[in-house]
Amino acid sequence: MTQPVSPPRDSITDKVPQDRPTAWRGLLARTDVRTLSLLGVLAVLVLIGGITKPDEFLDTRNLQLVLTQASVIGVVTVGMTFVIVSGGIDLSVGAIVALASVWATTVATQEYGFAGILFTAVVVGVGCGLVNGVLIAYGAMVPFIATLAMLASARGLALQITDGKTQIVTVPSVLDLGERDAYILGVPPLVLVFAVVTVIGWLVLNRTTFGRRTVAVGGNPEAARLAGIDVRRQRLYLYLLSGLCCGIAAFLLIVLSGSGQNTNGNLYELDAIAAAIIGGTLLTGGRGTITGSVLGVLIFTTITNIFALNNLQSDVQQIAKGAIIVAAVLVQRRTASTT
Amino acid sequence: MAPEPPLLSMSGITKSFPGVRALDGVDLDVQAGEVHCLLGQNGAGKSTLIKVLAGAHQPDTGEIRWRGEAVTLRSPIAAMRLGIATIYQELDLVEHLSVAENVHLGHEPTTAGFVVRGKAAKESTTALLKRLGHPEIDPARLVGELPAAQQQIVSMARALSHDVRLIVMDEPSAALDPDEVDNLFRIVGALTAAGVAVVYISHRLEEIRRIGDRVTVLKDGRAVANGLPAKTTPTREVVALMTGRNVEYVFPDRPASPPPGEPVLTVRGLSRAGEFEPLDLEVRPGEIVGLAGLVGSGRSEILETVYGARKPTTGQVLVDGKPLKPGSVRAAVRAGLGLAPEERKAQALLMLESVTRNVSVSSMSRFSRGGWIDRGAELGAARTATRELSLRPDNPSVPVRTLSGGNQQKAVLARWLLRGCKVLLLDEPTRGVDVGARAELYAVVRRLADEGLAVLLVSSEVPEVLGLADRVLVLREGRVVHTAPARELDEHRVLDLVMEGSPAS
Repeated sequence: MTQPVSPPRDSITDKVPQDRPTAWRGLLARTDVRTLSLLGVLAVLVLIGGITKPDEFLDTRNLQLVLTQASVIGVVTVGMTFVIVSGGIDLSVGAIVALASVWATTVATQEYGFAGILFTAVVVGVGCGLVNGVLIAYGAMVPFIATLAMLASARGLALQITDGKTQIVTVPSVLDLGERDAYILGVPPLVLVFAVVTVIGWLVLNRTTFGRRTVAVGGNPEAARLAGIDVRRQRLYLYLLSGLCCGIAAFLLIVLSGSGQNTNGNLYELDAIAAAIIGGTLLTGGRGTITGSVLGVLIFTTITNIFALNNLQSDVQQIAKGAIIVAAVLVQRRTASTT
Repeated sequence: MAPEPPLLSMSGITKSFPGVRALDGVDLDVQAGEVHCLLGQNGAGKSTLIKVLAGAHQPDTGEIRWRGEAVTLRSPIAAMRLGIATIYQELDLVEHLSVAENVHLGHEPTTAGFVVRGKAAKESTTALLKRLGHPEIDPARLVGELPAAQQQIVSMARALSHDVRLIVMDEPSAALDPDEVDNLFRIVGALTAAGVAVVYISHRLEEIRRIGDRVTVLKDGRAVANGLPAKTTPTREVVALMTGRNVEYVFPDRPASPPPGEPVLTVRGLSRAGEFEPLDLEVRPGEIVGLAGLVGSGRSEILETVYGARKPTTGQVLVDGKPLKPGSVRAAVRAGLGLAPEERKAQALLMLESVTRNVSVSSMSRFSRGGWIDRGAELGAARTATRELSLRPDNPSVPVRTLSGGNQQKAVLARWLLRGCKVLLLDEPTRGVDVGARAELYAVVRRLADEGLAVLLVSSEVPEVLGLADRVLVLREGRVVHTAPARELDEHRVLDLVMEGSPAS
């Protein structure tokens, strides 16, 4: 490859870097291959849905449903992406969603109305994240083990709180948000929350010192430490963030289902990890994008929807998901080696 | 009767790696029953040569004859089958397996081809350990539980479990106490008496005098002397052979007089148990202080402890007279220390990121408000810092992994330049940097010092320390054995010091 000849340096024009266009082109070329291939997969899926069930799949209601269903797992996936980019893993997200959703829907909590439910869901989520974070960052526990322990405990606690019963939400303002024709700014409320979380997540990862530290800690923890970054504190914050996302997701799930159940969020950890991986996040840390993860979530949710519309069983769905994960990783490895 | 051909004869061995010619036509003859010592400075090609001999590297050209017959050592197993065993410096044992399992790893005594006969393995291990003078090692114990010296014995037992004709030992005494070294020599004596040849690598001349028969000296990938008598060749001659260079590095001029001023970095009684003994040193602004010593002399450990990456056992580090919180990198960075570590890729660089992000990582608060990064300011600052060091290509947006070794090092220096650090700690600053780029890097370091930076430099390359530093501390096994202005020392004298431990007259 030949190096572009830089124009003669001149004190006035030098202020604006000349190589910016090439840098941009490189960046675009890199992100575009990944993002475009994911968009391509999504387009193919929409096509399949449109061909197999033209009336039902492309119906506005159905597309809204897909997005709404994607919202809950989508919010969890944003938090998970941060954790994976930092080189960690959070297996407890599903269990935290369950615990937060049942704690926020107990009779006692519901007495405080909308605010009480929202507040409790978020605090429980962050609280679980705090325990994970302290164990991992300051207790030097392996993330896999610490969050596995949290998975078991949080699920157990959720079962203890509900005694296995579904807790029906009776707060009208919460139920209203989950109505089929509820809109805020022209979009279903859950989808709006998902969009806001996505945008904030993207900005934090790409435009803030927090995002930079996350990438540095994941890419090379030793180098990050020797560069003067407080690696342990950063790790703590990341699990807090994941817990916060779980709390928000739990609230969305309460709104969506009008109830709290200890079986909520089952296998969310696997769905969130899978979405992040097919979105291009390296499981070893150091690289990942919010855009990719969100597209991953949309791809999975669309598949689920198409399969349901075509009356295919969930076992077939699971097999298809597995195949997609393998295919995505293989494709990414090839694009990575050619660039 | 024709004379017996040598057990091993290597001739014209060359081996190149990308950018380096590690071996450049090396000859080596080893007779049965002799101890043949390999000497050479770091990077002279010793490790590559023994890896070729062990079948771990394939030579590009050259011939290997074993008992007079030409052979190719395609793999470590092929070498082992001939009877060549290698004991590497970093022991290659499986910690979670027992002594007996390690000794027989890969060639377990079996029944019906796959059922391991544990008892037979244990018995033969016991016999081997007894032969090595260590009957007290229990073959059933896990290797990870044994002290380093005993692990080495296990490694040797493994070598002997094959029908071995030649054993290569890479600095076997480095991790041993004097008693253990005596035992090692007893073993070597017993082996050679039984007709086994030993290729012995060591930095310690006195050991070579004690057990060696002949010496081959390597320098810059060539054998500069073959088969010198080990006991009678004068030290001076050996050292001269090791150091006589073809490549002369160009070093920048030093300031005529030592810079005035109070020391910015003061180290008082700093030590770490088992790594280095209490150390005192001072570095003034504008001064470059060098630590010279061989691998294992504690150089990197000292630097990392000063930087707070390791917690000291005793002593303290002061910057501008104020003590730093011990064992805290963040405190050190805040006080104005910066480290360019030995393993650049593993310890300093974010290899997936751009140069800009690698440079700005320690100064992010300067381009951000409330955590929000001003990327224009960041790019501008990174550009200024990298231009000041003439980093190539002149485009901080490129990924850091695409840079050459020398430019990656500049990216690390730019990080600390941008941070505005007062004391720069350089650990092997030219490792992985090709010869042409070194002079430029030396000039950069000297210029930074002239601009008022205090530099503490560590290098295993003696000429580098002597050429670049103003003042030199010579280390041997974690202890400072000599301190002097660089211009009063020469390479021979420093090598005498690091190898013999006492100033030779």
